[in-house]
Amino acid sequence: MSTKTIGQEFIKGLWDENPVFRQLLGLCPTLAVTNAVINGFAMGMATTFVLIFSSLVVSSIKKLIPSQVRIASYIVIIASFVTVADRFLAAFFPPISKSLGPYVPLIVVNCIILGRQEAFSSKNTVGRSVTDALGMSAGFVLAMLVLSAIREILGAGTFFGYQVMGPWFKPWIIMILPPGAFITLGILLAIALQIERRTKSRK
Amino acid sequence: MELLAIFVAAILINNFVLRYFLGICPFLGVSKKIDSAISMGLAVTFVMSITAVVSWVINHWILIPFKLDYLQIVSFILVIASLVQLVEMFIRKISPPLYQALGIYLPLITTNCSIFFLALMASLREYNFVESIIFGVGSGLGFTLAIILMAAIREQLDHAEVPEALKGAGIALIVAGIMALAFLGFSGMIK
Repeated sequence: MSTKTIGQEFIKGLWDENPVFRQLLGLCPTLAVTNAVINGFAMGMATTFVLIFSSLVVSSIKKLIPSQVRIASYIVIIASFVTVADRFLAAFFPPISKSLGPYVPLIVVNCIILGRQEAFSSKNTVGRSVTDALGMSAGFVLAMLVLSAIREILGAGTFFGYQVMGPWFKPWIIMILPPGAFITLGILLAIALQIERRTKSRK
Repeated sequence: MELLAIFVAAILINNFVLRYFLGICPFLGVSKKIDSAISMGLAVTFVMSITAVVSWVINHWILIPFKLDYLQIVSFILVIASLVQLVEMFIRKISPPLYQALGIYLPLITTNCSIFFLALMASLREYNFVESIIFGVGSGLGFTLAIILMAAIREQLDHAEVPEALKGAGIALIVAGIMALAFLGFSGMIK
């Protein structure tokens, strides 16, 4: 059982245990769909939905799941919610569903979600698990927004589709192509590590 | 010709790691030594080839005839999880040395998103049976190529002076970015 307060349970996902910058989890979607802010945001929301509901279900029925088959059970629960998210996007936001393509089903194998079930929801109460899921999702959405904002502004001169750079700006095409994703995330990780070291040495 | 195009495209142009960002976890985690990178690459290629066959059979003999294609996500992930388990038991019986060599990498493959993506992509692109197999083998070899190149670069990086904050994942991602840049050169090779 965790000894943190509910507030701390939420806050830790934002920075101390940020899934992307600190734990290096869920890097595939982080890199793949952050070529535009709208895609990154939609992906973040879909992941949030799946994570919160999976945590809710797993923590509610944790006593009923035999430990030998727990991973398989978690995967089935997660896959069901991913199917819901996938169908929902396809029905109500067809353009987003189209540009995210097969990356929506890929939420199933996003290690953030399975990781939280195994590390947290299977051991904690429903309330705490959902708070933890909310915090982790917020951290993930934050990371997606930072990365996709940098890539879209530099790569296309736009933010959420609106022009933000003047006509003098020549878009850095490379930023919206795959190499830009790797390099931007690499630099962001270094910055995150540097901030962490600074705050540690100050203490 | 068609088959050759699929094969070459899967290895070089649409490389799973450098173009679709799949399997980044093992790509970063198991690329510190060339030996383990080769084992991981071969294990992935092996599972990918089998997954291509099994997921095609499930998709075309069960899901499509019974109009159950909304169950694709659930059924593919279950198939992959049980397949990896079976392959693990099979290799342990047939060839203990190979089992030793692959070690912990085999179970890790279940959560490797590239395998799942392969099954989805083959069904999305409506490949026939032979095309699916070629696609599976090609994608696996593409992953192997990328992870071996990465391991070779990282072995050299050990001797380089990298800024403290960039050490580990940071520099690995930047190297991957430069590799992706190089692989972009292959696009346009096949129309």
